Amino acid sequence: MEHVAQHSDPHYDQEASKLGMWLFIFTELLLFGGLFIVYAIYRFLNPEAFQMAGHELNITIGAINTIILLVSSMTIAMSTSALQKKNKGLTVLLLEITIMLALIFLINKYFEWGVKFDHGIWPGSEHLLNDMGHGEVLFFGLYFVMTGLHALHIVIGMIIIIVALNKVQKGTVHADRPSLLENAGLYWHLVDLIWIFLFPLFYLIH
Amino acid sequence: MQTATQLEHEVNYLDYKGKYKGIFAWIFSTDHKRIALLYMYSMLTMFVVGVALGLAMKLELIAPGKTIMDPQTYNAVFTVHGVIMIFMIVIPGLPAVFGNFMLPIMIGAKDVAFPKINLLSWYFYVAGALLVISSVLFGNGTPDTGWTFYAPYSFKSGTNLLPAIFGAFVLGFSSILTGLNFIVTIHRMRAPGMTWFKMPLFPWSLYGTAWIQLLATPVIGITLVLVALERIFNIGVFDPALGGDPILYQHLFWIYSHPAVYVMILPAMGAISEIIPTFSQKHIFGYRAIIVSTLAIAFVGYFVWGHHMFTSGMSGTAQYTFSILTFIVAIPSAIKVFNWISTMHKGSINPEAPFLWAVTFIFVFMIGGFSGLVLGALATNVHVHDTAFVVAHFHFIVFGGVGFAFFGAIHYWFPKMFGRMYDKVWAKVGWAFFTVGFLTLYSPMFYLGMMGMPRRYYDYLPEFHAGNILSTLGSWVMTFGLLIIVINLFRSAKNGAIASINPWNSKTLEWTVPSPPPLENFDEIPVYGEKDGPYEY
Amino acid sequence: MENEKHHIVPYKVYIYILVALIAMTFMSIGITKINLGEYSVLGAMIFATLKSILVLSWFMHLKFDQPFLRIMVGFVALLFFAVIFITFLDYYFR
Repeated sequence: MEHVAQHSDPHYDQEASKLGMWLFIFTELLLFGGLFIVYAIYRFLNPEAFQMAGHELNITIGAINTIILLVSSMTIAMSTSALQKKNKGLTVLLLEITIMLALIFLINKYFEWGVKFDHGIWPGSEHLLNDMGHGEVLFFGLYFVMTGLHALHIVIGMIIIIVALNKVQKGTVHADRPSLLENAGLYWHLVDLIWIFLFPLFYLIH
Repeated sequence: MQTATQLEHEVNYLDYKGKYKGIFAWIFSTDHKRIALLYMYSMLTMFVVGVALGLAMKLELIAPGKTIMDPQTYNAVFTVHGVIMIFMIVIPGLPAVFGNFMLPIMIGAKDVAFPKINLLSWYFYVAGALLVISSVLFGNGTPDTGWTFYAPYSFKSGTNLLPAIFGAFVLGFSSILTGLNFIVTIHRMRAPGMTWFKMPLFPWSLYGTAWIQLLATPVIGITLVLVALERIFNIGVFDPALGGDPILYQHLFWIYSHPAVYVMILPAMGAISEIIPTFSQKHIFGYRAIIVSTLAIAFVGYFVWGHHMFTSGMSGTAQYTFSILTFIVAIPSAIKVFNWISTMHKGSINPEAPFLWAVTFIFVFMIGGFSGLVLGALATNVHVHDTAFVVAHFHFIVFGGVGFAFFGAIHYWFPKMFGRMYDKVWAKVGWAFFTVGFLTLYSPMFYLGMMGMPRRYYDYLPEFHAGNILSTLGSWVMTFGLLIIVINLFRSAKNGAIASINPWNSKTLEWTVPSPPPLENFDEIPVYGEKDGPYEY
Repeated sequence: MENEKHHIVPYKVYIYILVALIAMTFMSIGITKINLGEYSVLGAMIFATLKSILVLSWFMHLKFDQPFLRIMVGFVALLFFAVIFITFLDYYFR
């Protein structure tokens, strides 16, 4: 039965591209997984310092960003449903909302990092190295690496969504060939999934 | 199953003319067979460099004291030798060359699932290789940390490490994409009727390998990123002066690099599992046992990384656990050896070159494996840790295992890949020189290590002199054998006798298509019936 | 796979899931405000896990996909936790 699909259109196999995307997601999960291992070890070794340093982060901004990402995850999930229902206008609108939300997330992140920089906290800063303990150095080192890598994934996700949006508008991604949009969605949910763990681990230490 | 006679008028993949000319017909080709050859030629180029560096090291060690290079040069030479051989030769090794070439044909597909990503992975390979080479040619000093990039030295060393680290990262990407492609190909593109348990063992081993590539490589990716960030920004994660723990670096590094050993050896075992039944003309013994042991090695191999760190100051509990797990992972490897030997039992053995390579593979692999148990046991490990014993052990496994399997595989599949047969006498002469040279080169290191000669030193005490002379002589004999093999294969690819479709009378699908195979392998996708199987002799 | 019908998830299901996710976000903030000592990490992680299960099964369609994808995801998660567990065998007993 698989070769029947091959013959009808040898270069398109929706299940294959979905499986490929999932496998790629696994690699991303383990990429962050490595960082979560580092985080777990250092939090175990420096519990008090991590708690102290965690107070420096603003729960409100973190919570707002969490909600932004959750909503954007919902809009892109809805866009695949809209595409399958052949509602092109709604698909495009939902994708545009997703991109806007991603942009707002990045702007929030920019101001959040900006406040830290104003307080003299950045990787290798003198304030961090001279006035703070080892635990704090590690906490902020990991904070910047993990949220930074996450932000990089947001940017990559945005690019993929923009490409998908273009193809939906051009009509090359449609109800019978939705793989690109579906994969863009999967990637975006991955970004959301990682944030779901980053948020409590950095912002909610009390 | 269909015969291939009606396909013979089709243009084969070597002569096919696409829309690009000359070299572009190759580097823009998404045909899995051309990509396989691209990999092979680029790997051969790097291999020549790696071998030259290895010979230089052995020449330095022919006498105590300074022979041809100073200590810093020696450090750079073993680092670059390690990085090239590990990341560019043995990790991509069999999957990138024979996996790319044979996997789709063996499972009855026209190409891999994502041909463009397949080509992209080769681009990543070249980019990574160029980055590593650039660290040698530019900047202030060739990296001198060893291929392991151990912290804290990897961010304290003044040498040009960033390009090397970034190069290894990019090479990891190449490896991930190859693995991803293979898993999807095996899941989605097997010929109709070819169930999971009718699939040949080489694709099975690639399947296990691909999962390791996929799930372990990202960990080294992030670890190398952390080292790079440590160098640039002082984030502190591996710097003891800032509260970081360098042993955590070792954990993360080996969480990848131990499974990477199985990325190297599993496809080698897969190739051996193809060669042995063909040249014994017998159904492979314990087909399912080999599959289960492949998957078991892939899985358990994930949890043994700590045996590289027994002397690092790890907790006792972790040491016992890793030691026990290391002994457990030896069991499935032993199962495979039993299966190969039992396949030969009462078979009609045809001692052609591929078979000789396969048998010597089993021999050197067992020596490598047993010395691995010496290293996996806590008490003996403390004695031989970081000595020449370890060097001997992993060259027996990595070079002995992967190298012998690679040469076996190339002599096995060569007539299919190039449509011509090599000179069989010279092939055996090359094998003989290589094997004798190999054993002379590495066996003395077991002894030297037991006596206490440390690894990675450019100098040694006078009592180690005799063993080192023997080892250096072996390196020359082995290189001579290598030269014979490579020259023979190159000449035969041009002028060898025309090979038939199935010169070895093998039963797997790649021997049903013309030699060399046409562009899309099969005119019509083959169908596996009830009675068909890869080893039904 | 001819009989693979493509499941279209209704919009309102997604809205329910979003509401549940946001509610759990606030609950995890709430639980960490109460002083539970060591258990507050556990509480936050339980909520994060529940949230990720929702995202995986509905947003990422695992609930409607072939079972082997679910098995793979479970396997990867298991492997990751096993690696963390073994790493802690060193740090916890050092």
